[in-house]
Amino acid sequence: MATGELTPAVHEHHTSTGLDNTKMAMWAFLGSECLFFGSFISTYLLYRNQTADGPTSADLYDIPYTSVSSFVLLMSSLTMVLALAACHRKDQRGMRAWLLATALLGMVFIGGQIYEFTEFAHEGLALSVSPFGSSFFVLTGFHGAHVTVGILMLLLLVGMSMFDRLGPDDSRKVELIGLYWHFVDIVWIIIFTVVYLIPS
Amino acid sequence: MSQYAEAQEELELSHHPSPGQYVKIAVILAILTAFEVGISYIDALSDVLIPLLGALAIAKFVMVVGYFMHLKFDSKLFRYLFVTGIGFALAVFTIVLVIFFSAEGGPSPGGPG
Repeated sequence: MATGELTPAVHEHHTSTGLDNTKMAMWAFLGSECLFFGSFISTYLLYRNQTADGPTSADLYDIPYTSVSSFVLLMSSLTMVLALAACHRKDQRGMRAWLLATALLGMVFIGGQIYEFTEFAHEGLALSVSPFGSSFFVLTGFHGAHVTVGILMLLLLVGMSMFDRLGPDDSRKVELIGLYWHFVDIVWIIIFTVVYLIPS
Repeated sequence: MSQYAEAQEELELSHHPSPGQYVKIAVILAILTAFEVGISYIDALSDVLIPLLGALAIAKFVMVVGYFMHLKFDSKLFRYLFVTGIGFALAVFTIVLVIFFSAEGGPSPGGPG
């Protein structure tokens, strides 16, 4: 197992902006993701009261349960930023521990979402039952898919670190995946308020 | 890593919060979340609930983006890229609302809340 050996130096070039191109690309990607989720949130707001004969949000939502899920995802942002701080300190063991903690918190969140979806299905809400059901499942399902991709990337980072493929000089990789992770967190901050807390 | 990249990273890191400060920010975020959930149960606040919840969500959003994503300390160009995305999202939302409500008949029974 790696304990912080150096990997071959990465050559970075001067850019016309003086900024790292990969980080710039990540911010551009996150900007486009705002549009992606913004569209789904808009659609949900338009259709949330169109429940046909299916269950309504008031019948389904369990706010204390979702609050705990939100808290878990919020804390995963803390563990992610602590992983990056450990990476900058060249503390490989600490970085791996915080990355694993972040992935585990993400898994808890996804587990909670799967349970919630199952409960809603038992209550009669499905993708095709009503415009409310469609917009709810598409919005929260795409968010869950993003969290799942984030978990896979975090586990990949942990694996790379364990097999000497992620050295102390590769903090940019951790930073970029961290940016993605924090983004799914801020999207949930909005979803939690708009979907769950604001009454129909 | 090249000297240029090292210098760039050192400059970035010199502005970043310490792990202790990250924990303090997370505690504030947790308190704001608890506050959000708490006020959503208070019937007396129903008239101001939506703006209040919106303000709290924006505050949490800005804290995560600013401190955890380091946008407060990074280049303004990153900020412009991200804010442009948010601007486009708001524009799409406005356009969808206008089209939806101006369409013949508008939303069907129990339409937008």
